[in-house]
Amino acid sequence: MNVNISIRFMRIWQRNLTVYRENWKVNFLPPLLEPFFYLLAFGIGFSGLINSVSYDSREVSYVRFIAPALVAINIMNNAFFENTFGSFVRMYYQKTFDAMMATPLNAEEIITGEIVWGATKSVIGTVIMLIVISFFGLVSYPEGILIVFAAFLGGIAFGSTAMFFTGMVERIELFNLPIFLFITPMFLFGGTFFPITGLPVWAQHFALVLPLTHLVNLVRALSFGIWNSELLISFCYLTVFCLIMFPLAIFKMRRRLIK
Amino acid sequence: MSEKNNPQPVIAVRNLKKSFGSFTAVNDISFCVDKGLCFGILGPNGAGKTSTIRMIYGFSPLTSGDIFVFGLDIKKQYRAIKARVGVCQQDNTLDPDLTVMQNFEVFARYFNLDKKTAIDRASSLLKIFALEQRRDARVTELSGGMVRRLVIARALINKPELLILDEPTTGLDPQSRHQLWERLEGLKKQGMTTLLTTHYMDEAARLCDKLVIMDQGKILAQGSPQSLISEYTGENIIEVAEPEDDLRAFSREKKVRQEDLGHRMIIYAENGHELYREICGRFTHKSCILRSATLEDVFLKLTGRELRE
Repeated sequence: MNVNISIRFMRIWQRNLTVYRENWKVNFLPPLLEPFFYLLAFGIGFSGLINSVSYDSREVSYVRFIAPALVAINIMNNAFFENTFGSFVRMYYQKTFDAMMATPLNAEEIITGEIVWGATKSVIGTVIMLIVISFFGLVSYPEGILIVFAAFLGGIAFGSTAMFFTGMVERIELFNLPIFLFITPMFLFGGTFFPITGLPVWAQHFALVLPLTHLVNLVRALSFGIWNSELLISFCYLTVFCLIMFPLAIFKMRRRLIK
Repeated sequence: MSEKNNPQPVIAVRNLKKSFGSFTAVNDISFCVDKGLCFGILGPNGAGKTSTIRMIYGFSPLTSGDIFVFGLDIKKQYRAIKARVGVCQQDNTLDPDLTVMQNFEVFARYFNLDKKTAIDRASSLLKIFALEQRRDARVTELSGGMVRRLVIARALINKPELLILDEPTTGLDPQSRHQLWERLEGLKKQGMTTLLTTHYMDEAARLCDKLVIMDQGKILAQGSPQSLISEYTGENIIEVAEPEDDLRAFSREKKVRQEDLGHRMIIYAENGHELYREICGRFTHKSCILRSATLEDVFLKLTGRELRE
């Protein structure tokens, strides 16, 4: 069967939006409260220990340094969790995809719709977070607006990766493995809470392979309003990452859905 | 209409095969379903019923063979076909997070129907399927019978010309089954072509105009319920409990068609009254009954009595 994706994939996106709106109160709280918690913990708790961090050959406050990283982590988590646990529940327990397959929709459109929805959740989370952290003066505008587009790009990258895993795991518990081996190391070592220059050289090279490192670079540069070569490299890296992972996700999921 | 001059079957299946690795689920079957008929696929678990209909509604690719629905090739024109078919799968595929009405709205969008059309059609479908009171209920609050009716009602949102039902009454109580059958008969009166799988013989006998009996991926017999009964079992069945050897000798001598199950003997007869009187008179037995043959007798005769697990 040939790959055939029409704009009908938006029907899956719409379906997920309808469900999201049903539970919007629960859905809005995490992106609204999480940055508060982190900024409180790191901003107040850590600022006594760390006065400033060197970024792009200047000294910036620690809170200003980690705020964009929190946004990037939120982008990663929203898409990754939506397209692992969320998509798996729809596929395996709720049989939502089976129902869709009996309509004019095809498997590729279902997978695309799911990934684009995951990226949309990243965007929604990012917008809420940006509003919150902007009140603390942690984002430079107008460049900061572009973080919304970075959120979509990052959402597609992590959503596609998640969908790839969803095409593989037999049981929902097995998602703990990619979370432990992929998400957690990135969360800690992806240039999030300290610059990767603080790592040994070999670990710096490793960190540069991780997609979150580049998403953090991208969001951080935009939040400071700095147009540097790092920003361009990270943008290109994430784009190439999407171009590889998205077809892989389609391939893996199609093999799972089409029996 | 051109259809009248040149009647084209709604479904034409030719030399259809489906393999999963080395396992052959559907092994070279062919059949046609004519317009306005209810066509049944019967078979024990694992016979290949679901695999067959999944290929017909474009869910599974064909290993080999052809399927034409409305004269269109499922391999090429699956989207056009799926737009004109309604499918009720075995599992409950409703959205549990949504209300009854929202389920219709979401599903209608998959067919590119606008919201107003969706609500209008859903309202009349809810009326037909006796779910009007539940339009704002969450799906998780519905009983098993209601869920089945809702799945079927939802499958009709695109005004399909062909309705495909995969074991529509499995797991339902007798009241719900009968209520569902009545709705399905109502749809048939309106000219709906229906393809149905089931392992309930009473369901098939009541609903189906024509049927095939499948086992291990092959079609063993096809025809109307009545023609299958007369072909494979005859009109009557004489069941004898604890048959003695003299009866066995008698049946061999008379060359009656029978099945000896040890503690029970089943005798197939065309016009069984005379034979029944003779057996009851000559051989004294604990229990000896005469009854009409049913589809279940045909089914068991063709597919055997071993458990399928």
